[in-house]
Amino acid sequence: MENLNSYLIVSAILFSIGTIGVLTRKNAIVIFMCIELMLNAVNLTFVALSRHLGNLDGQVFVFFIMTVAAAEAAVGLALIIAFFNNKESINVDDVNLMKW
Amino acid sequence: METLFFLIITLVAIISAILVITCKNPINSALALIMTFFCLATYYVMLDAPFMAAVQVMVYAGAIMVLIVFTIMLLNVRVDASRVHSHKLVFSSIIGFFTLFNIGYVVVKSRAALPSGTYTGDMIKRIGHTELIGKEMFTSFLLPFEITSILLLVAIVGAVILAKKKI
Repeated sequence: MENLNSYLIVSAILFSIGTIGVLTRKNAIVIFMCIELMLNAVNLTFVALSRHLGNLDGQVFVFFIMTVAAAEAAVGLALIIAFFNNKESINVDDVNLMKW
Repeated sequence: METLFFLIITLVAIISAILVITCKNPINSALALIMTFFCLATYYVMLDAPFMAAVQVMVYAGAIMVLIVFTIMLLNVRVDASRVHSHKLVFSSIIGFFTLFNIGYVVVKSRAALPSGTYTGDMIKRIGHTELIGKEMFTSFLLPFEITSILLLVAIVGAVILAKKKI
């Protein structure tokens, strides 16, 4: 087993890449995938710390995060499809119906 | 040997994560994301968590990515031709850098007291990871586990209602 810090640094790098993707891309599906990437970076932190501390609670949390991600994928993609039916686009700049 | 393996996996994970946010075609992004998920599953195996690795491959690389790829192909979106403005890229890079610095500094340098348990690598190898996780989940975390089932039910109903044109 590698030491804990290397896993935490990998996780931080993946999370930051996900953040940059969310801020730069305009395609709603790509933004969605970047959010999944950030969730996975957090999962890696949970598993690494859980193994380091000898406490399995973190891995149970990872299980719950995966459930929430699955639910989020289903609802989010349904929202994207509903938006595409209305506007024929999935560019987030076109989501301006409630813009003041 | 294990350090070399770790470095190779890290390289693949970071390159594919960068490809996720730079590819013009969403399908290529999705394939790069699947690669990242497999690298994370490898990390879980190296951290003595084989059950988590299996669930990662099945749920993320299997179910969720199939859903995403299915949506990309269903909507048939064209390649993203809109150029990213450079000031936006610079701004996002600054925010990303500070996020990296912040998380890296806090998680590596912090001295927070975390609850430690009694599980060791020997115990996981002897009893089995799945059994330990199952015992933990169905004793201490029974109520959250049941609430999760309600969450999934709500997600199913919500997705059907949202995607339908006329209810």
